[in-house]
Amino acid sequence: MRVRRLAAWTALPLAVTLGLVACGSGGDGGSGESDPNAAVRIEIAEPQHLVPTNTTETSGSQVLSALFSPLVDYDEANKPYEVAAESITSQDNTTWTIKLKDGYTFHNGEQVTAENYIDSWNYGAYAPNGQNSSYFFEKIAGYDAMQGESPSAKTLSGLKKVDDLTFTVTLSEPYSEFKSMLGYTAFYPLPKAAFSAPGVLAEGYEQAPIGQGPFKMKGTWQHDAKVEVEKYDAFPGEQPKVAGVEFRIYQQLTAAYADVLSDNLDVIKTIPTENLSTAGTDLGDRFQQSPASTLQVLAFPTFQKEFSNPDVRKAISMAIDRDEITRSIFKDSQQPARSFVSPVVAGYRENTIGAAGEFDPAKAKALYQAAGGPSKITLSYNGDGGHKDWIDATCNQLKANLGVDCVGNAEPKFADLLTKVKAKQPVGLFRMGWVMDYPSMENYLGPLYSTNGSSNYYGYSNPEFDKLLAEGASAPSEDAAIKKYQAAEDLLAEDLPVIPLRYGQNNFGHSTKVKNVEVDLFDRVNLLKIEAVK
Amino acid sequence: MFRFIVRRLLQMVVAFFGTTLIVYALMFAGQGDPIQALAGERPVTAAQRAYLTEKYHLDATGVGGFFYRYFDYISNLLRGNLGESLTGRSIGDILAGAWPVTIKLALIAIAVAVIFGVTAGVLAGIRRASIFDNATLLLTLLVLGIPTIVLAPLAQYFLGVKWQLFPPTSGANPDFYALLLPGIVLGSLSLATALRLTRTSVAENLRADYVRTARSKGLPRRRVVSVHVLRNSLIPVITFLGVEVGNLMSGAIITEGVFNIPGVGFNLFRGIRTEDGPLVVGIVSVLVVVYLISNLVVDILYAVLDPRIRYE
Repeated sequence: MRVRRLAAWTALPLAVTLGLVACGSGGDGGSGESDPNAAVRIEIAEPQHLVPTNTTETSGSQVLSALFSPLVDYDEANKPYEVAAESITSQDNTTWTIKLKDGYTFHNGEQVTAENYIDSWNYGAYAPNGQNSSYFFEKIAGYDAMQGESPSAKTLSGLKKVDDLTFTVTLSEPYSEFKSMLGYTAFYPLPKAAFSAPGVLAEGYEQAPIGQGPFKMKGTWQHDAKVEVEKYDAFPGEQPKVAGVEFRIYQQLTAAYADVLSDNLDVIKTIPTENLSTAGTDLGDRFQQSPASTLQVLAFPTFQKEFSNPDVRKAISMAIDRDEITRSIFKDSQQPARSFVSPVVAGYRENTIGAAGEFDPAKAKALYQAAGGPSKITLSYNGDGGHKDWIDATCNQLKANLGVDCVGNAEPKFADLLTKVKAKQPVGLFRMGWVMDYPSMENYLGPLYSTNGSSNYYGYSNPEFDKLLAEGASAPSEDAAIKKYQAAEDLLAEDLPVIPLRYGQNNFGHSTKVKNVEVDLFDRVNLLKIEAVK
Repeated sequence: MFRFIVRRLLQMVVAFFGTTLIVYALMFAGQGDPIQALAGERPVTAAQRAYLTEKYHLDATGVGGFFYRYFDYISNLLRGNLGESLTGRSIGDILAGAWPVTIKLALIAIAVAVIFGVTAGVLAGIRRASIFDNATLLLTLLVLGIPTIVLAPLAQYFLGVKWQLFPPTSGANPDFYALLLPGIVLGSLSLATALRLTRTSVAENLRADYVRTARSKGLPRRRVVSVHVLRNSLIPVITFLGVEVGNLMSGAIITEGVFNIPGVGFNLFRGIRTEDGPLVVGIVSVLVVVYLISNLVVDILYAVLDPRIRYE
């Protein structure tokens, strides 16, 4: 009696699910034709913020890329071209004139004017507002006066309105690649409606941001759940090929991956590491890769005597088999690097470190011994980022190829590692990663290796290098600037303050319900290109 | 009984403050650099650092700083204000969104444990050493041996992705059906334990004197089992399930992560990962209350099940 009742219970859910499966399979088998009335579903993490000047992580910037249209975007050669701007010009690289295209409106109907840009940038630069992207404005004149606890100025003196659609930006010193910067999230305009008083962001703006982009908000930001946007009909620029986008929030990529496999989600921007080896068979040609801006390096504390000789640094670089590590540990989800800038920026050249990038154990050992390298090497890393495997592999290679003792040293978090490095504690070589802020060679060189660079933790200082960077910034054209930066990169190759190891890649996948999925250099899905399949 | 409840409630107040103090102290001691943790591997600008430091009193360090921040937190808490997380969201709002779905999930898990665990446990207890008994023993050992971190992705892959019997993830605002698979996964461990407990308890009570008396009075077997044996056998099971309610709510970190359910465990995990002290302490404070209440309910249920137990 009892057993039969138990059987009945289990039979019921089975019957229900079978019915549902039958319904579900009806939608499969797309013909490949584009469906402009469908919405697509894209994976993101919970954004930290949805205010342009406060968004630095990729999830928030992905959502904002739907709601806003940037001043410039980047072409095949990673050079900027105007989108919401009509023209961006400068005679001297110091005063830039930005002319806006006519006809752009915010989603609430407001005309987009030069003032919108000026208000937004002023808000972002004003220190007491605590905006994450505030440092993007530091090149603009008057930025310094807006810093500190009670700044003397509330607006950037370098921003001047000329007419409704034109304004000028004066930089505190010449910068030839300013135009490249303008494609970043921080430079979007804010409507008047975003402010409750001049310089005060309206409460609740972030919950349903109003932009001037191809999509507008549908409802509000549903925290931990989703952000939905729909096509904005009055958008004058290039039209998207889908009716809307649902940005679905995931905490774990493995969950998103399972959803893509079963067509419950359309795009996953990062295939989780544990699924990389099977992604090719799971998804077939729906598993795709594109270059990303990340660069992983091993950095030397050049201020320490053991590592002050460039030959020691070169020998260590030559003793590391990058190709083997990227293949066996990263399953080709990253690419071996032999330059100091990423392939996603204009001016990138392959293999700038030359001989130091060639794996040659015999030469490496001879050079290492001749230069008197230390008999024990420590590689420090942050233990929370999944770096143990490649650090251990690198250590094993150094042991085998240089005949030295090598240990990996895990610090709990990256912040702990940085604290020790900043205090010049002997942590040995340490890992560093760099993600660009805007696609320019300068962004890979200036902050990391110039004497006063914000992320120069290696104590590297080369007056010649600093001079070349300054010359690049004031060069008359972008191409001339690139020449200077390339010369600066060549200096780095001689000194090798860090060993370039790997470039990041976007390893993304999509469902059978979408096509033309592209992930750009900011790790965002290109929302103007993606199409839904009927 | 009334005095007992009042006394327990008073104890709960002390326990609540004690645990929040300990949790707050642990988060305080273990905190490295939450501002850097928030920014990931990006450099943090001085302006941003100053802004967050001032907003969350992160410059108050040492013993004095600790008590300053703790009392600041507690006085806000007593006014019903749980504070803001480091990304500026109200923790009260986060919890209000997270609790309903976690409670639903825990209820499904408990229901699964009670319906299947207790029923199968009674059957196995009555038919000791039968094929059914041995089969459940084997099955429960298997389930007890597999940790959730393995079981949840396996269930998701086979039942959700491969055979598509269930949606692979639940997402926000899930319906009952979407929560069923995670509920079963979450409940399976409690199910196995509840089954073993019930089986042992029933098997033991079947040999008790009062059962022989009942049988010799000529009572039908069904009545003997369902009224006399079951009621007496449930005390250890209720104890277990009472504690398990608390475990299920806090312990759903893995399950909620795998099935993408934005509940309490999901937020707790994020709070710990980003060193978001206010968020972690807020969630744990509420969890403490859940534990305390479920324990009180268990104690009261003892008296209901066994009239010999009296509280003064």
